Amino acid sequence: MADINEIIKEENLVYSKSKILTDNIMSYCPGCTHGVVHKLVAEVIEEMNIQEKTIGVCPVGCSVLAYKFLNIDIQQASHGRAPAVATAVARLKPDKYVFTYQGDGDLASIGTGEIIHACNRGENIVVIFINNGIYGMTGGQMAPTSLIGMPTSTSPYGRDAKLAGNPLKITELIAQLPGTTFVTRQAAHTPAAVRKCKKAILKAFENVGNKKGTSFIEVVSTCSSGWKLSPVKSNEWMVEHMLPFYQLGDLKDE
Amino acid sequence: MAKVKGAIKVDVEKCKGCSLCVVVCPSKVIALAKEVNGKGYNYAYMANPEECTGCTNCAMVCPDSVIDVYRVKAQVGA
Ligand SMILES: Cc1ncc(C[n+]2csc(CCOP(=O)(O)OP(=O)(O)O)c2C)c(N)n1
Ligand code: SF4
Ligand code: SF4
Ligand code: SF4
Ligand SMILES: [Mg+2]
Repeated sequence: MADINEIIKEENLVYSKSKILTDNIMSYCPGCTHGVVHKLVAEVIEEMNIQEKTIGVCPVGCSVLAYKFLNIDIQQASHGRAPAVATAVARLKPDKYVFTYQGDGDLASIGTGEIIHACNRGENIVVIFINNGIYGMTGGQMAPTSLIGMPTSTSPYGRDAKLAGNPLKITELIAQLPGTTFVTRQAAHTPAAVRKCKKAILKAFENVGNKKGTSFIEVVSTCSSGWKLSPVKSNEWMVEHMLPFYQLGDLKDE
Repeated sequence: MAKVKGAIKVDVEKCKGCSLCVVVCPSKVIALAKEVNGKGYNYAYMANPEECTGCTNCAMVCPDSVIDVYRVKAQVGA
């Protein structure tokens, strides 16, 4: 039987942290999907060898500190405005790979106008949309994406459609816009989902290189703190409740 | 006969004890330690190292990217 120390040797290494991730400890709660998606973005940038050519735009939400975790150029934007800032960056620097990284409170609420118009104009950017159905950063308030019946700190008895309207499938709206070339909904809770999600992110960044317009990737995510469940239970809750409503798969691939 | 053997190395101080690696390991290799790290988290470790195949499932889902995976082809019975 091989000794562990015989296996743990440099030449046998088959998986390790991407070099695009910094050594800072991520500020996210245990099990947070933001960490998994950061890793996938980092791996894609590393594999495409575009570290020097990538500019991220990160607005407000738990991922507001993404610049501490991704070793690339990142421009901060105010809440919801990342698509507008990314428009400017991508137009001024057309040889760069520009992406936004936005939560659902950010993209589907305060920033609805910005995202719809950037996608409608077909700005040559990647949009990464972390949909955890809640305002994570500010303490788990209801988001436009919260499910009917979902308890949040501002809907403790569950979201009521009569009072708060219906959950918004903004990705389906985005897919209608002629400016978008690739619109997909992914998840990152299993190894298979992680592999697929990474492929989608890779395709989106390649689309920017090929000047194809806007590529939009929703990642159905968890927020164990906001949902008040353990990370493992959060994934189970997501599979049981989020995925039947937010169905995974490509909505558009041109 | 050659058999694939694996091992993982966890960056203990950065692990947040979320257990996502524990539940995706097909060989039930990983458990959380009774001890805690400097941040107070029960960190992941190989409780059952003989069973690791180096499949990388655990590392792929780890939100904090703190798992390194190693793999060798070992001779069974050697
Ligand atoms: C203009 C403005 N309005 C409100 C806020 C407060 N605020 C900070 S984060 C946030 C919601 C974030 O939710 P989401 O985008 O879903 O990100 P998550 O934390 O869930 O990843 C809000 C409303 C702010 N920072 N700026
Ligand atoms: S509050 Fe939610 S979204 Fe924010 S870091 Fe914690 S788990 Fe992640
Ligand atoms: S998935 Fe990563 S952070 Fe979570 S318990 Fe395992 S090693 Fe620790
Ligand atoms: S590499 Fe595979 S077998 Fe080994 S601990 Fe990780 S998930 Fe389990
Ligand atoms: Mg959110």
